[in-house]
Amino acid sequence: MSEHEEGTGGLSHTPLHGLHEAAGARMAPFGGWDMPIHYGSILEEHQATRQAAGLFDLSHMGEFLMSGPGAFDLVSLLITNDPAPLDPGQGLYSPICRDDGTIIDDIIVYHLPGPPRARYLLVVNAANIGKDWAWVQAVRDEAGLRDKVWLEDQSALTALIAIQGPRAEEILIPITAEPVESLGSFEYAETTVGRIPVNIARTGYTGEDGFEIFVAPEQAITLWTLLLDRGKDAGLRPVGLGARDTLRLEARLALYGNDIDDTTTPLEAGLARWVKLDKPRFWGRDALRRQKEAGLTRKLVGLTMADRAIPRAHYLVANAEGVEIGQVTSGGYSPTLGKGIALAYLPPAQSAVGTALQVIIRGQPHPAIVVKTPFYRRTTVAKEIGS
Amino acid sequence: MNPDQLRFAGSHEWVSDGNPATVGISHFAQDQLGDVVFVELPKVGTTLTAGSPFGSVESVKTVSDLYAPISGRVTAVNEALVSTPELVNSSPYDAGWLIKLEPTGDLAAELGALKDRASYEAGAGH
Repeated sequence: MSEHEEGTGGLSHTPLHGLHEAAGARMAPFGGWDMPIHYGSILEEHQATRQAAGLFDLSHMGEFLMSGPGAFDLVSLLITNDPAPLDPGQGLYSPICRDDGTIIDDIIVYHLPGPPRARYLLVVNAANIGKDWAWVQAVRDEAGLRDKVWLEDQSALTALIAIQGPRAEEILIPITAEPVESLGSFEYAETTVGRIPVNIARTGYTGEDGFEIFVAPEQAITLWTLLLDRGKDAGLRPVGLGARDTLRLEARLALYGNDIDDTTTPLEAGLARWVKLDKPRFWGRDALRRQKEAGLTRKLVGLTMADRAIPRAHYLVANAEGVEIGQVTSGGYSPTLGKGIALAYLPPAQSAVGTALQVIIRGQPHPAIVVKTPFYRRTTVAKEIGS
Repeated sequence: MNPDQLRFAGSHEWVSDGNPATVGISHFAQDQLGDVVFVELPKVGTTLTAGSPFGSVESVKTVSDLYAPISGRVTAVNEALVSTPELVNSSPYDAGWLIKLEPTGDLAAELGALKDRASYEAGAGH
């Protein structure tokens, strides 16, 4: 969404803003948008998503459509992952890098249903829409693809609602025209939910099974209300950005602006699985190859606290001798583990699982330990395609 | 505690007029913090000066420092908050109290510098 009603302080409103306020949500600015942080309790919303299902307004996110004979080539130049294996109706996660390997954004690309390699949809972070749009155009023009790719920023024409959790599928099945149960991970279909035309993809940002549903802004309220009504008995409830953050951190999903940004590379961030160094040229490839050969000087690792203290972004991390070795990029309380967890960039020599470290919290060192991530992994896993 | 009989600091702590005086955080403060998951409190015997930090309240989304509303020596800390920090949310004026203080300063003057409930809530944005 980029065309929108403007609230106080120039913040943008999603089509569901009025519903959030009516539901008593605590609102706060996020990426230029006035978004719901919680509807009463972050903890309860977190647990509802882990145990039943949660409904998320993600209409602030951006959507770019690429079509034309050069669309595949442009996608392949832009992303570090490889779009070649994608059939129509399949998507994947990928960083987008500059030539020096630093990360412009992390996105999901869908190869849209229809003729092969004709249309791709990029879903980008809200705060990066302007930067990404300029970058996509620059890469297109530099590659001489100006006449071969039609670009359209559909952010203002698209609302996005996510339904996440172990009961998300059973809530959708009776109201969705296409059989959502046959949709694999990162698969995308054009269908209807309660007769509302939507595009639906099996993906999310919570560590749970779930779906993201693209819908026209004027239908967003109807869809949100329908889903809440039909999911009520299964335990579906609205979930704000507060629990979205605790859910994604437990699942070790990177947050752009915290864990990855204009100064970090996907290799440092532990995203090598989504960097295909052997595919044809893409932005960042040579720098990332060199970084891989030279070895990393820092990597993003998970920490859990040994006491009850809670690490937060920007807190310093020290080794057992008290020497500062890094900084927390994301941290907080893990409702699932019942203790503080964090991600931090650390020198590889001090990032082995089991290494005892300290997080400096308001001047005091608190014991922490390097752990394997994710901090939480669901027990039933949908068919994996998106890697 | 009846909040109408308490004194409030601009930093959202309340204190009762008594010896020992009980200290907690306001309903407004717990509502702003959201789900409280950890409360860090001083040891019994610690001496605090009015306005000095004495601990912190961690919620899921943020952390907030605690400031002593009056000067005093800590005579008790709420041990129940170790296992049930959510009492700060559910009962900010009773079961969710934080510490008890034996006043060591000019109590009348320190209480006088604090606000009653109505003027605190007006200033807190009610």
